[in-house]
Amino acid sequence: MIHALLLVTAVMTQDTAAGKQVYTKWCAGCHGDNGAGDGQGARHMIPPPRDFTGAIYQIRSTPSGQLPTDADLLRSIDEGLFGTAMPGWKSRLSDRQRRDVLAYIKTFSTFFADTTQRPQPITFGNAPGGGSGAEALKVGRQFYDSIGCRKCHGDLGRGDGPSAPTLKDDAGHPIFAANLHENWRFNGGGTVEDIYHRLRTGLDGTPMPSFSDLLEQKFLTDDQLWRVAQYVRSLSPREAPVVRDVIHAPLLVKALPHSPDDSAWTAVDVSWFPLVGQIIRKERWFAPAVSGVWVKAVHTADSIALRVVWDDRSQSPDSVWLGHLGRVLNTLAGDDSAREQPALWPDQLAIQFPVSIPTGMERPYFLMGSPSAPVYQWRWSSGSRSTAVAGLARGIDRFDPLSSGGVAAQAVYDHGQWRVVFTRGLASADTASQLPFRTGRAIPVAFFAWDGSNGEHGTRMGISTWYFLALDEPVPARVFISPVLAMVLTLGLGMLVVWRAQQKTSYRRQQ
Amino acid sequence: MNGRIFSVVGGMFLLTVCSKGSQSNVQAAPASPPAVSAAGGTITGKIKFTGVAPKNPAIDMSEEASCKAKYPSPPTEENVVAGPANALANVFVYVKSGVPAGQTFPAPATPVVLDQNGCRYHPHVFGIMVGQGLEIQNSDPLLHNIKAIAKANRPFNVSQPSAGMKTTRTFSAPEVMVNLECNVHGWMKAFLGVRPDPFFAVSKQDGSFTITGLPPGTYTIEAWHEKFGTQTATVTIAGTETKPANFTFAAH
Repeated sequence: MIHALLLVTAVMTQDTAAGKQVYTKWCAGCHGDNGAGDGQGARHMIPPPRDFTGAIYQIRSTPSGQLPTDADLLRSIDEGLFGTAMPGWKSRLSDRQRRDVLAYIKTFSTFFADTTQRPQPITFGNAPGGGSGAEALKVGRQFYDSIGCRKCHGDLGRGDGPSAPTLKDDAGHPIFAANLHENWRFNGGGTVEDIYHRLRTGLDGTPMPSFSDLLEQKFLTDDQLWRVAQYVRSLSPREAPVVRDVIHAPLLVKALPHSPDDSAWTAVDVSWFPLVGQIIRKERWFAPAVSGVWVKAVHTADSIALRVVWDDRSQSPDSVWLGHLGRVLNTLAGDDSAREQPALWPDQLAIQFPVSIPTGMERPYFLMGSPSAPVYQWRWSSGSRSTAVAGLARGIDRFDPLSSGGVAAQAVYDHGQWRVVFTRGLASADTASQLPFRTGRAIPVAFFAWDGSNGEHGTRMGISTWYFLALDEPVPARVFISPVLAMVLTLGLGMLVVWRAQQKTSYRRQQ
Repeated sequence: MNGRIFSVVGGMFLLTVCSKGSQSNVQAAPASPPAVSAAGGTITGKIKFTGVAPKNPAIDMSEEASCKAKYPSPPTEENVVAGPANALANVFVYVKSGVPAGQTFPAPATPVVLDQNGCRYHPHVFGIMVGQGLEIQNSDPLLHNIKAIAKANRPFNVSQPSAGMKTTRTFSAPEVMVNLECNVHGWMKAFLGVRPDPFFAVSKQDGSFTITGLPPGTYTIEAWHEKFGTQTATVTIAGTETKPANFTFAAH
């Protein structure tokens, strides 16, 4: 009763006029003056901003087809939608402002004024259920297959299922099946509860359906659906990856691993580097499909190997994805990029170093150098997957291959993931343009990735900033010998003192 | 006077519901409203098209062996279903305006059945009344999701991963058309006309359609086709007569 009263008070104190001011200032840029999801920023985004006029919301606690509750909407305003351009506003707007803007957003659709459309939240019960032990996950995996999750999300959950290339949202915009290995990018949150809630409610406006009917018609128990959620959660790391600045390349006494699936890689630490769209130089790219790269590095006395792994739903070039590609180019047609016809572009990756290890803080321009200060790059393309080309980039649109690059590559594509190993000798014959690798130094390194089936080629790509690669130095012999020597010396001196003292004592006695 | 006519129409409508109920096992027939009746006016006609019908794309069902096995020859999409002599099937014909405002028609208690069989929707184009149940059933042993894309109605998206599943939904507002689609099988599309009255029909293989039980009045009839767009005609009904309304679409 008190609850209801509080709710009524909260609703009554919502002020749509004040909400409009907040909306115009902070929201209209993307969502548009009339809430139709057609603001200036909209043409740069996949997924596009929400169109409020239809009152179709992905993140709800209500059954598919129902309106969201105020609490549901407030959560999306507060936390944002992970993996999209929608930020959280909790720290930027006051409680009052967020409540007011929520009230204003609801005025864009007549559904909220319709008293027959009262949202009725699902009672989710005790959470989390199902258990997360090995047996529970095994059952979860079985249901993942049997209820058809793999159709879109793929056998290993990387969003590469057979139906994935055909997916579009209600407005016909391209949409990816979520990569279930990146729960920190799940729109509605990555906890097992969040996943279970999305299974129950579906993501309205997207191809993701609600699975509640399965429970109601007893095709599945609640516990079994929880296990699907537990299985999906288990695919992502325990914690979202933390970006570290330095890749440590240990020294191997064994042979250099040339293959991406060589067992030597398992013991090596991995670093995560997020990629963002290249929006600095034209043609800009606001919708990179590769969210980041996982990197390992090792070296031997004379060679280095870098293993770069990234998730990519499509093994480009693949004509199956041409429909998706057309939708991407169509959706982004209004941005400042030239309109293009879909073509069969390959997937690509570039690793970038300076031409020589810098002595001070100065590094070349991170976005592929400049004509006067080029950068040294290794480039790989799925078009000729077991080769890599070394060359100099003199700006984003100029790459000059070097005739004697000396870089080799081996690539594997497996269930929505590329794994590529680049190898090269540490020394370089051409020290003017090809970086000689040295141990014990911080070597700047950056990454670039293109998903051809997402329309990425040329300047349309995902980019990183500069990070560092450090080749661990071999431990010199003196590191082991010095302590022993010091101990021997100390012991010897001590013995000497004792011996001298004993000599003196015996001398006095004799006197 | 008016009240009498409406009660006649209502009674006739009930009759239809009963006759439909008795044969509800023969589901998945296009949900045509009332059969020909003695009371009220009738509009009937044929729908044709000129030009060459675009070829329906073949469906690649290689991912779904159990669906593929249901077809002796590779199935195609049903974008343009033509009969002999350029007859056009799957045209939704309905009274767009002319029914007196304020007149209400009860929704039939019998639901309209939409079957998912062989990774296709049956029927492909159909009508339903506001408030009438749409019973969606899965006859395939695999995952379908049913997504309704609507503007005047609430959209929804539910999954049916097993054969034998049934979901019933209703629509609260008139809308021509609500699009139904399966995202697992991108070729699966159905179109649903939601009407406040029973005055609608879907053209058959020979292009014919019949709308019955119309009270006297002047009506705007619209014919909707998924590829060829819409056409309208005006028809005046004076009594229990039958009036023609033929439509010719241009294949482009």
